[in-house]
Amino acid sequence: MFSRFRPIDCDLHPMVPGMRALTPYMDEFWRDQVEERGITTLDTQSWPVRSPKTIREDWRSEDGRGAATVGLLQAQSLDRLGTDLGILNPLYGVQLVFNEDMAAAFTRALNDWTRAEWLDRDPRLRASIVLPLQSIEASVAEIERLAPDPRFVQVLVLVMGEMPLGRRQYWPILEACVRHGLPLGIHAGSAYRHPQTSVGWTSYYLEEYAANQQAFQSTLASLLTEGAFSKFPDLRVVLLESGVTWLPSFLWRLQKTWKGVRFEVPWVDRLPTEIVRDQVRLTVQPLDAPEDGAIVQRVMDQLRSDALLLWASDWPHWQYDGDAAMPPGIPESLWPKLMRDNPLATYGRLREGVVA
Amino acid sequence: MNVIQPIAAPGKPAAATLGLVDVDIHPRPHRIEDFKPFLSDRWWEHLQTWGMRARHGFTGGQPPFPKAQPLASRRDAWPPNGGTPASDLDFLRFQLLDNYGIDYGVLNPLQPSGQGDRNNAFSVAMAHAVNEWQLEAWLRKEPRLRGSVVVPYEDPQASAAEIRKRAGDPNFCQVLMMSRTAEPAGNPRYWPIYEAAVEAGLPVAFHAFGYSGWAMTNGGWPSFYIEEVSEHATSCQNQVISLVTEGVFERFPGLKIILIECGFAWLPSVGWRLDKHWRHLKSEVPHLKRAPSEYIRDHIWVSTQPMEEPERGQHILDICEWVGWDHILFASDYPHWDFDDPRAAIPGVIPAERRRGIYGGNARALYGF
Repeated sequence: MFSRFRPIDCDLHPMVPGMRALTPYMDEFWRDQVEERGITTLDTQSWPVRSPKTIREDWRSEDGRGAATVGLLQAQSLDRLGTDLGILNPLYGVQLVFNEDMAAAFTRALNDWTRAEWLDRDPRLRASIVLPLQSIEASVAEIERLAPDPRFVQVLVLVMGEMPLGRRQYWPILEACVRHGLPLGIHAGSAYRHPQTSVGWTSYYLEEYAANQQAFQSTLASLLTEGAFSKFPDLRVVLLESGVTWLPSFLWRLQKTWKGVRFEVPWVDRLPTEIVRDQVRLTVQPLDAPEDGAIVQRVMDQLRSDALLLWASDWPHWQYDGDAAMPPGIPESLWPKLMRDNPLATYGRLREGVVA
Repeated sequence: MNVIQPIAAPGKPAAATLGLVDVDIHPRPHRIEDFKPFLSDRWWEHLQTWGMRARHGFTGGQPPFPKAQPLASRRDAWPPNGGTPASDLDFLRFQLLDNYGIDYGVLNPLQPSGQGDRNNAFSVAMAHAVNEWQLEAWLRKEPRLRGSVVVPYEDPQASAAEIRKRAGDPNFCQVLMMSRTAEPAGNPRYWPIYEAAVEAGLPVAFHAFGYSGWAMTNGGWPSFYIEEVSEHATSCQNQVISLVTEGVFERFPGLKIILIECGFAWLPSVGWRLDKHWRHLKSEVPHLKRAPSEYIRDHIWVSTQPMEEPERGQHILDICEWVGWDHILFASDYPHWDFDDPRAAIPGVIPAERRRGIYGGNARALYGF
């Protein structure tokens, strides 16, 4: 389908079928905990399994779940779209766990499951290191444990956690990312430490899904104003399943306010728009634009860069029908950048061993 | 050497041929005793002893994120005869109404107003007092000013009663809520407010501010005032999403919502996102009969200050077109530090016929001035 572009799919979601799949990757203590306490699943409300958004109807298996094996990924996405390389971003609810020891153990098991049952079975695959953000120490340890494997190409956190991600407590993680050449991938979803809005809990999943758009704005504001980008100029941040069309207006507002009150954050010594163009990337599923190509073109003009966007199919989430895996309105002249050049420029580890 | 000269001579913007309406002026009491005549002894004593108790940790009106300037106000807005900014009618006439030739100015009293207080009964008493004070101290003395019905929104029944009390009084032109409510504003518990507002023929304005009691982002508390300011936009986005998703506009087709000091360049992207995902999630919200962006376009008005500043000026034209030129209202935010001078604030790329609407025509049509 897209093979002539040798595309790199930056957002694929293998779905853990249940805790039984992870226990082989746990030590005896945690295997025993899972069994004795009857922990059957860590499916998260950010992705209710039966929601039409979570698994596209024609990608759903007979048991109502899906995306559980590399065979499904190959048939439904990689082979079909002609994907050259694909990055796995597992979204199992390990980040929601409150016990930090349990979180670290389950996250290690998840990352080892991804490695053994996906990376080892298809050479086109790469993956993100899921972080147990409940503990900064454990997160850094997990990066150190897995960074030697070059198939891990970024780290992965959720956009809604305990604290905004720019907060200084998290900087040891950012430092480890930079040291290993791993972008910080921030994906839609919540650890449910706070309601999905700053005005309380939402009634509907539609609202909750929509609220990721606000979370990405808040997270980017935090990373910018805390000075994380100034402190780590080599840090790359990738916003995954973030939507795109909110970015220009968010930056226009923040930049205007910064001009008024920048004495409060003197370490932000460049225009926020420039920092974002240098250090932040976004995946394009969903784009969150109308299907009118003229409007999409105007939003692209507002972004003022063709280096910002990365192609992603978001498999198995339902973002598009059939094989229309590039959002409508993005001109074909940009496809080589989105599908190949921009991902290669963003992920240093993809360039290693790849003939550009 | 270049010297920046302030525009010194009084006068209205040239394009304001349909009048100049300022939808965001913040009056303050000269001192808290100004409210005493309108509070019972019981509540006056409560105010004296316990003070305001917002959904955050500080007392004494101190905000959790210190402002950029004292009382977030222009340094030149402190009246020469004493008192705090926008507490002196004569000085407000001189510095704002006369200076810019404002035909109508809408008062949005912020704290101390008791809105969002943890003690609902106190909030009810305070809202009544603030409305009486607006009439006494401002509206009956200055025909260019219009008031807002301040409502104790966490007690929606009492809010509806306060709105019904003011219905038909031409001194009041809208209902005022803060943007950070304790639950999303579309939640049915707030519907008595919208019902009473529609019945009274008043739009409902959400002014950026207030403390919901929840973290200011859905991922926790930020650190800085610049973030607090930025997060007003996200809170207002959530309110728009909630109002649409809960079906408020299906239930109250006559409801008009005004977003004041919330910015507005974000509004199209919120509508686009809702439209896209509503198409996949319709079965959850069968009460929505139209695409979410259509409700937004028909029911939501926005105000200019603070207007987002695109890197390329002409991009603001895209935004205004997507929001709807007839739904944009001029606001100065007097006396706050980020005040917009009506003669300088509207970017030059906006054509004269559009300015006429923004300065006055749109507000006159909305409020019926």
